[in-house]
This record gives sequence, C-alpha cells and structure tokens, in this order.
Amino acid sequence: MSDPRVDTRPDTRPDTRSDARLSVFKTYKLYVGGKFPRSESGRVYEVSDAKGNWLANAPLSSRKDARDAVVAARKAFGGWAGATAYNRGQVLYRVAEMLEGRREQFVREVADAEGLSKPKANAQVDAAIDRWVWYAGWTDKIAQVVGGGNPVAGPYFNLSSPEPTGVVVVLAPQESSFLGLVSVLAPVIATGNTAIVIASERSPLPALSLGEVLATSDVPGGVVNILSGRTAEITPSLAAHQDVNAIDLAGADEVLAKELEIAAADNLKRVLRPQTVDNAQWFATPGTERMTAFLETKTVWHPTGSLGASGSSY
Amino acid sequence: MTIEKRSSAFEYAPAPESRAVVDIAPSYGLFIDGEFAEAAEGRVFKTVSPSTEEVLSEVAQAGEADVERAVKAARKAFEKWSALPGSERAKYLFRIARIIQERSRELAVLETLDNGKPIRETRDADLPLVAAHFFYYAGWADKLGHAGFGANPRPLGVAGQVIPWNFPLLMLAWKIAPALATGNTVVLKPAETTPLSALFFADICRQAGLPKGVVNILPGYGDTGAALVAHPDVNKVAFTGSTAVGKEIARTVAGSRKKLTLELGGKGANIVFDDAPIDQAVEGIVTGIFFNQGQVCCAGSRLLVQESIQDELLDSLKRRLSTLRLGDPLDKNTDIGAINSAEQLARITSLVEAGEAEGAERWSPACELPSSGYWFAPTLFTNVTQAHTIARDEIFGPVLSVLTFRTPDEAVAKANNTQYGLSAGIWTEKGSRILAVANKLRAGVVWSNTFNKFDPTSPFGGYKESGFGREGGRHGLEAYLDV
Repeated sequence: MSDPRVDTRPDTRPDTRSDARLSVFKTYKLYVGGKFPRSESGRVYEVSDAKGNWLANAPLSSRKDARDAVVAARKAFGGWAGATAYNRGQVLYRVAEMLEGRREQFVREVADAEGLSKPKANAQVDAAIDRWVWYAGWTDKIAQVVGGGNPVAGPYFNLSSPEPTGVVVVLAPQESSFLGLVSVLAPVIATGNTAIVIASERSPLPALSLGEVLATSDVPGGVVNILSGRTAEITPSLAAHQDVNAIDLAGADEVLAKELEIAAADNLKRVLRPQTVDNAQWFATPGTERMTAFLETKTVWHPTGSLGASGSSY
Repeated sequence: MTIEKRSSAFEYAPAPESRAVVDIAPSYGLFIDGEFAEAAEGRVFKTVSPSTEEVLSEVAQAGEADVERAVKAARKAFEKWSALPGSERAKYLFRIARIIQERSRELAVLETLDNGKPIRETRDADLPLVAAHFFYYAGWADKLGHAGFGANPRPLGVAGQVIPWNFPLLMLAWKIAPALATGNTVVLKPAETTPLSALFFADICRQAGLPKGVVNILPGYGDTGAALVAHPDVNKVAFTGSTAVGKEIARTVAGSRKKLTLELGGKGANIVFDDAPIDQAVEGIVTGIFFNQGQVCCAGSRLLVQESIQDELLDSLKRRLSTLRLGDPLDKNTDIGAINSAEQLARITSLVEAGEAEGAERWSPACELPSSGYWFAPTLFTNVTQAHTIARDEIFGPVLSVLTFRTPDEAVAKANNTQYGLSAGIWTEKGSRILAVANKLRAGVVWSNTFNKFDPTSPFGGYKESGFGREGGRHGLEAYLDV
C-alpha cells in the first residue's frame, strides 16, 4: 500500500494549485437517514484506484450500521410510498439535475475507481444521469403498464394496482461502480420502495458521493441509505433482518448469493438473483424487470350491482 | 361450550346428491407419460372421505424414482409442446375446459367425497371456477406476445407443482392452466388427503388427447413434494400451502435458477365500520370465515369491528350462525361440511383450546356433530386481543376471532399487524373510506363490501409471508414465462 499521507490520486482536474498549497482531502462518510455518519464501529478501509494507489479511507460498515439503515429506511417508507408518483418523478429528475452539475467530480471518481480513460468514464456518468431521467419518467406510468382492470365474470369492480414491496436491500454491482449502481438503485426507489445500498466493495467512492447528491435532490432522508464496507460481512444480517422485505443480489458472487437467498427465505423476502451483466450491458436501455421485482400487486374488489355492466337499461 | 339439539318446525328434509354419477376405482396409479403406473417402490396409501371415514380408494405413492421418471417424461414432452403453435395449445386447453364442464357434476361429487366440503360449494364455486380457469388461460396461449412480457416470451421448461387439499381441483387448475398455456410441461403433486380429482383430471387429459408427458400426476406425501421441488431438472416450482413449507421450499431452491412462486398462509382481517350495512356485512363475515369450513388461506379469520356497533353486529352474527346447517356434505342443504382430515381437526382443536386457555371467550351455535368423520362446529371468539395465539396463528378452520377498533387508523394498524398479507375485507358505505383503507392495507386482495370472490381474470397472491408471485389474470402468466 502506498503511504496514505501522500495524495497519490491521479488528478485529472486542471492544475490551478500552486506548489505551496496542500489539497483538501474528502472524508467519505456513510449516508443513512439523510445524514452522513461515520461507521458506528469507527472502522475504515483503504480504497485504491485501479493501479493500487490510495484514494481515500472509506467507512467499514458494521452490522449495527446496517440495522440503523433498516430503521431509517422503514421510517421513510410510508412517506415515500405514499408520495404521488408525479412527485417521485420530480425528485428522481432532480437527482439527474444535481448530478449534471457535479458531473466532473463523478467522471473523476469513476475513472479512478474503474481505471477508465476520461472519455470512457464520461460515457458511464452520462449514461447514469440519463438513467435517472429514464426512471423519473417511469414513476407515474408503471402502474398503468403493470396494473389494470380485470373483467371478472360478475357484477364487481375489480382493479389490480402495483404497490412497493417495502424496504429493499440492494447489493450494488461490484464492477460498475456508478452506472451499475444507479441502474439497480433508481428502479427500486422509482416505484416507492426505500433502499439500503451496499456499495461496490472495491470501488465505493462514487456511491458515497452519490449520497451527497441525493441529500441535495429533495430525496427524503432515509429513502436511500448507502453503506460501504465488506459486502460479505454486512449483508448476511440484512438478508436475515425481519424488517427487510426484499433483496437484490446483483453484487453478490455465487456463494454469497446462495447464502443470502437461504437467509432471505426466513421471512420470505422477495429476492432478485444476480444476473450476469458485463459492463457494456449496463448501457443498454433497461426493461421493467428491476421495477416489477420489487412490486406487489393489490387487487381490490367491490360490488357494482347489476347496473353498469352489459344489460344496463341506461 | 354447550351444544344443544335445536328443533324447529322448519327443519329441512335431506336432499342428498347422488353418488352414482361418480365411479371411484378401488385403486389408482401414478400418471406418468400418459400412462397410469404403480409406484416404483410399490407403496400405496388410502384416501378417505372426511365425512364418514370411509376408504374411497387406494392410491400409489410416488417416491424419488417416480419423480425422476415423471420429470424425464415432462422434459421430453416439453420439446414438442413448447414448439407447438400457441393456437394449437389453446385448443387443447379449450378441450379440457369443455370436458370439465361436461363432467362437472361427477367431479363435484368426487371432490365433496374426497375433501369433505359441501356439494353446494364444489358444484357452485369450485367446478365453475376450474372450467373458467382453463377457458381463460386457453385464450392466452396464442396471445402471449400481447401479455406485456415482450414480443416473444418463452416458457421455462418443466414445472414442479405442489398443491394443497383445501381446493384440490381448483388449485390444480390455477397451476396447470397457465403452465400449459405458456408452453411448459408439468409434474403435479396433489395433497395426500385429496388425490382423486387430480387422477380424474389425468383421465380428462387422456380424453382431450393431450400429448403424453405434458401433464404428470404424482400423488404422495411431503417427501414426494420435496423430491419434486429439489429435482435438478425442474425449472419452475409453484407451491400453495403452509408458510412453514413455503420457507423450506425457498431454501431448497436458493442458489438455483428455478423460478419460484408461493401462495402461503394468511390471517385475513375483515374490517366492519359503523356505517356498514349490517346484514350484508354479516353475510360477508360468514362467507369470509365459514366458506370451506374456514380452510381457506385468504379466510377473513380476524373480524375487526368498530366498537360502537360491536353488540349489534355480534347479535346478528350469532343469529345467522345458528341457521348454518352442518352435516352430510353431499346434502345440497349443507352449509358446513367436514374438516379435511383427523390431523387438521387436531390442529384446529389445539389452537381453539389455546384460545380458551389465553382467556378469549368461546361461542358456538347449538349444533349436533355427526358421530363419524371429522367435524368442528362454527366457532366465534370474543375478548380477543392482538397478542392472543388465535389472533396471530393461522387456524385454517371454522374459527373466527373478534377484535374491536375505534378509528380507521386503528383498524388499519391492527389489520396490518400480522406476518401475513394475503387478504382483507372492508365494510362501509363510504366510498372514500373504502379507497383510503384499501390503500393502506398490506394485502394482495382487498374485498370491499364483499368477500372470498375469485375469478380467473383476477390476480391473487400475498404480501409479506403470504408468499410471492400472483396466480390468475395476466399477472399469473409471468410465473411461467422467462421474463
């Protein structure tokens, strides 16, 4: 490991610093309940760039941090699920707006995290911003696409509508630190769920910075909670947590995924199994599966009497 | 509890449905690859009529070797079946639906004999719905590109399906109709206490000329189901039954590529507000908990009544319960039939005893129980709190717990205070209250001013530990498609 006291970060910014000025490092913190706490454990771990140069110390979340995040996500669920779809769309679009303003920061962080050239990192960030916009547009359409009226054989009004499952734990993809992260997070909250995101273990910094964007994007505190650390250490307690309703295993390897799926069975969490997605595939326009995986269908019946159906004398 | 004999000038004369329409063979085999066959290990079990304890037939009990053979047959059949144009698969399903309609009297009597539920229900609810499900999904077979799962949705392969004993043929229809419509082949395990209608269904498949191996039926116990679910060449697992077994199945398929849907237990809240039409609400409460002797996963087993109308409602309800007729399920006047098995009766009895021991007040109408068979009188508990076992655990029997509330918020909080989330009922004349409460209930099906209504076009399934996935409707196709 390189010496953490020396800023070895590849800096792609125009160099306006004089030799005399020491740059200001950023202390990366978790994002839980709309606040930026350090890990309760007081632990951090070294995050390095693709070449092994030290970038920053990221919080090494504990199981207690995970439990706190569940409490925050549960608390936020009622308000977020109950917000109008239009409002949620506005908020998601606001995230895109905020990201656009800070795109240079994310391009740099993604380039560092994944060892990408600037144009390639640019493309990742562009796609991630556009993904927020795409999902912003879905919030008030998904119910129309996957819900509907059912023509039951009888004098009943019968309507099926989707509802968010609840608190969803998202294991962000390990390789795609930002585009992959946004691709799994945005669909979860677009439909009214609240999320606990476990950032890519090796490259958590873009995720932690996203927390800062979310905090200034009208996303209510607790709707998204971001934890960094050892995926295999934090997630078993979340998969077993009785107040978590669903888990997206995108960032789990085969062994961990199976272990977590078994733990998730204990309260019948909805499980989205890992799919093989290579980095290029994250650019493709998503389908609705990542939204529908965390939706319930509620069907409401009510008698209509004999009028209104065929045979009405009106 | 006191049960006294009632006598009335208006006693009903017996009106038994004839058993002659159904011909039950002394023994049945497994149905694999279009043929009936003995179990590899030669094991058999008896199926009895719950109302008389009469042995109806002896049925082959599938073991692991039989599961192997059936899955192999289904795998082989999958190639051709899935390649068939949807319009041809549709015609097979339409044929099956028609044959079910033609043989519905026979199947209703058979189901009543094997399950113990009243003929009034098998004849008027189960069988019409069974036929309707095949008709509904038949129509989807050649229209899957329009179902909203992409232009060319693909079947998954071999579906392993395990169904319960409370609606034997209806659960079969819920599972098999969408599976075949989407081009999958199936291996289905009916419950050990009610295997007969599934074996009669095998004969319907034969009459319909369904290609061999597309449908395979393996009667057996839990171990047969476990072997089927765990079989590596099964691509989709569908289970309806208890939450405990559902969790076990979820663990079994963990880490595999098998697609899983679960329809599990429930503890439905039936919420009656003070402005509800009392007579209609009482009918809805009775339908909600005493339909099929309460052996319904979506039963409204927790009555939440607004405190101000509690006395009036309970008086009406007790009066109504006193008119329910319990007895011979084949009698067309019978409202309450037999409990499905001695084991289930013991489970209900022990939970009811727990209710009494915990201080809830038990009431049953005067009601004479037949001397043979498995019977349980309709039962009502008052003074029930949310902490009581009978308010928390699924009883799966004709037992209603009554709780009260004062405000709509309290009603919602109590209704949602359960690990389950399958069904709920709302009784009020106020439309905005229905919509507001329905919005807040965490349940897959909400019946307002009605209860226990089913339809093939209408998705059914639970939130929380009532399972995942939906059966019925367009939504029900997803479980059998690679989407």
